Amino acid sequence: MSDSKNAGHDHDHDAIGHVTPPGLLLLVGGTLLFLTAVTVWVTMADLGRTGNLIVAMVIATIKATMVCTYFMHLKWDKPFNAVVFASSILFVSLFITIALLDKSDYEGDIQEMNLLEGK
Amino acid sequence: MAAPSATVDDNFLTHEKGILSWLCTLDHKRIGLMYLICVLSAFLLGGSAAMLIRAELWTPGPTLIDHQTYNQAFTLHGAVMVFLVIIPGIPAALGNVVLPLMLGAKDVAFPRLNLASWYLWVIGALCLITSLITNCADTGWTFYTPYSTTTTTSVIPALFGAFILGFSSIFTGLNFLTTLHKLRPAGMTWFRMPLFLWAIYATGIMQILATPVLGITLLMLIVERAVGIGIFDPALGGDPVLFQHFFWFYSHPAVYIMIVPAFGVVSEIFPVFSRKRIFGYKFIALSSVAIAVLGFLVWGHHMFTSGQSIVAGTVFSGITFLIAIPTAIKAFNWIATMYKGAVHLDTPMLYALAFLWVFSIGGVTGMFLSVMSTDVHLHDTYFVVAHFHYVMMGGAITALMGGIHYWWPKMTGRMYPEKLGRIGAVIVLFGLNLTFLPQFVMGSRGMPRRYYNYLEEFQPMHQLSSLGAFTMGLGFLLVAYYLLRSLKTGPKAPDNPWGGNTLEWQTTSPPAYYNFHTPPVITEGPYEYADWTYDAKVGGYVRISKQAKS
Amino acid sequence: MSHATAPSHDADHAEGHGEHYPFLAHHFDTPEQQFETGKMGVWLFLATEILFFGGLFCAYSIYRALHPEIFEYAHYYLDTKLGAINTCVLIISSVTAAWAVRNAQLKQTNMLVINIVLTILCGFGFMGIKFIEYSHKIHDGLLPGHAYHPAEPVWELPIYKAKYGEEGAAAEGGEHAATGEHAATGEHGAAEKGGEKAPAEAKHTGYVKPLMGPHEFNREPRDVQRFFSIYFCMTGLHGLHVLVGIGIWVWLLLRARTGEFGPKYFGPIDFAALYWHIVDLIWIYLFPLLYLIH
Repeated sequence: MSDSKNAGHDHDHDAIGHVTPPGLLLLVGGTLLFLTAVTVWVTMADLGRTGNLIVAMVIATIKATMVCTYFMHLKWDKPFNAVVFASSILFVSLFITIALLDKSDYEGDIQEMNLLEGK
Repeated sequence: MAAPSATVDDNFLTHEKGILSWLCTLDHKRIGLMYLICVLSAFLLGGSAAMLIRAELWTPGPTLIDHQTYNQAFTLHGAVMVFLVIIPGIPAALGNVVLPLMLGAKDVAFPRLNLASWYLWVIGALCLITSLITNCADTGWTFYTPYSTTTTTSVIPALFGAFILGFSSIFTGLNFLTTLHKLRPAGMTWFRMPLFLWAIYATGIMQILATPVLGITLLMLIVERAVGIGIFDPALGGDPVLFQHFFWFYSHPAVYIMIVPAFGVVSEIFPVFSRKRIFGYKFIALSSVAIAVLGFLVWGHHMFTSGQSIVAGTVFSGITFLIAIPTAIKAFNWIATMYKGAVHLDTPMLYALAFLWVFSIGGVTGMFLSVMSTDVHLHDTYFVVAHFHYVMMGGAITALMGGIHYWWPKMTGRMYPEKLGRIGAVIVLFGLNLTFLPQFVMGSRGMPRRYYNYLEEFQPMHQLSSLGAFTMGLGFLLVAYYLLRSLKTGPKAPDNPWGGNTLEWQTTSPPAYYNFHTPPVITEGPYEYADWTYDAKVGGYVRISKQAKS
Repeated sequence: MSHATAPSHDADHAEGHGEHYPFLAHHFDTPEQQFETGKMGVWLFLATEILFFGGLFCAYSIYRALHPEIFEYAHYYLDTKLGAINTCVLIISSVTAAWAVRNAQLKQTNMLVINIVLTILCGFGFMGIKFIEYSHKIHDGLLPGHAYHPAEPVWELPIYKAKYGEEGAAAEGGEHAATGEHAATGEHGAAEKGGEKAPAEAKHTGYVKPLMGPHEFNREPRDVQRFFSIYFCMTGLHGLHVLVGIGIWVWLLLRARTGEFGPKYFGPIDFAALYWHIVDLIWIYLFPLLYLIH
């Protein structure tokens, strides 16, 4: 690596990829910790069964987005990497949604069986 | 482009010597050949199991083996053929050898990962064999719960084997996708890429997005069986249908992981042996990607009779119809490619034509099964067995055979005997149809699959089917014989025996260690044949412009 | 194409090749190309990780959608405080990991080593807390499947009492008595090997409607072990990933000390950090899904 050292700051300037400033790292980290506190706190409030879930998921998604954008450099990265990541999320949601479509169809039979067995 | 083969005897086969130089190699061509050897050995194992099954079904009830062994035989046959042969067959074996060559790259993006994939394949295969030796699983290759959690056979090694093989497949896909994105030489635009590479690209997408789900499914099933966590076990509040959702979320795209590379191979063979530019290049290229995406939305068509909701069933059925569109686009484009072309009926072309015919039967019968009401009648009968064998055997394996013959001169530097090749192809094709056509008839009359015993009335059909299977077995033995023999006695292969214009034909046969003596410059599409002419002295094709210059 | 250089040998890091860059593998032209290639490979790998965990999230969604009462009931067994601490630990480790990338890019070898060490320590901290949590669960019989034999029902837990105890006692005195009675039978049921809770529950026949709101539980829902199946699968797989991550960091620590990484070659650090962030990211979802159920 001495070569690149000798080549001087020329190399430093065109270092591959984006160098994240420390202030931003701390800011993002701090916000993530803050949002963790918020999500714990919000759970204490009663927003209804789905209400609480939605709020928790929204906060988690904000946190996840921050991790991806800043820590994982997606903001400065080749857009294709973001596409790869987004498509993985897309296919997971597809998987979950379609499987959920189907969830209650046979569950009724199980409940009925449980009732008949007197459980 | 390539330096004449006379100048160098140093190729990737002779570059280093000794068994270790193979086992530790990072060269994609050697890894591809090691895959090929392993895959074909596994094909022998799976094929032997198939012969055993067909022999057993010669008469109703016990013929050769007892019912338990029979269940184990078809499980082994299915698991080996799917996980060890067809999935890695074209992408990992042939793809490894020719992908960087076709792209004009020096290697795949991650050579060490590539070797690791091969070792994972070997470990996975050993796990499956462990299961075979100890007490072979009898669940069928689908490992459906709750039976797979209750049977006394050794399912865990088989599951673990499939889990490992999944990772082998993921890493291969990841490697190829990255290679195709990042290692393109100057001039190699997306739409100058050979269609085989497009097919591998589409396959890679599916390997990346689907196979991890298989991993987690099998992992959960292993844990379920080992400690009884009850995610799939109804006795503990688990949901066995959930297993089917999980399994088919992978295994339906897996069907396309198996067949899309086959599309790629025949897309190479048709134009070369018709001496005509491929018809509808972009449609063939993009239909592979369309199949890859649509393939994720149809898994529920395996579950029409599993207690899935009608809404889900209807949606899945509808989307399944859609898959026929990109598939048919390909088929029609291949036919249009041959139209008014100078069709040469060499062995690879015979396999490609067989593919077109046989795969179409498999594909169209798939349309019967995608209709919910018809499927209720045909589900779990021999109709399904015949359907997927027409697709997998007639599609994937036929294309694998075509690909092996097509690239054999490039991979080994030797020509196989053409006459025997044609005879072999015809025997295999005949055997294949004799095996599986009767199964369509039996299935539609109600013969259930995976049964050890059957009604007398089905016996003639079963016997025809068995005869077909034996014929096919003999055909494959013939192929194995002349291919192995050609390694020693085959005439030296010219650089471009078929007149292909893709880059792998522009280096020596076999290629140099670093693939190209001079880096290729790509200035035209992969299917332009005007520059190539047959030279009887060389025994292959040479560039006209080059001759004129020299 | 730097084909002109004579083929050296197989090794990915072909020595003597690419005069200026000892780390440049033979099949790449520039360090940029090598880095971008590696990065794309890692992103594809991360996509497979998402799908891998996606299966568990799917199982979670289905079971929670079908039986919210199980999740509302059983989450009281989890220690939110430990979960929150672990979340913070992972977030801090993500900051240090991201910082390590910066250090590598700027060739600040000392800081790089410090940040990697901090990341590893956070990883161990996370696993330590996980260990404490798991031992509690094992001790209290809060295990998946047949192994589920809870030492006490949730309404006996301090957390639950602190939250609803008085309210329950004041507003629903009668029901409180019923709970008390049930607590006894519940323990009795648990003592019976493999008997589920069925014998005890049989008294409440016909009572299958999921009860609204967690503080109104007056009996244990059916199949609570499902929650712990999901819990152990998800956190176990996640923990495994943390362990793998620690292993990778240790390996990189050894390499970083030699000053190997710099502006043209920091790929391994970047890729390890990406992996570490995805592990963090999954935990960001696991925490509210498992610990923070209202």
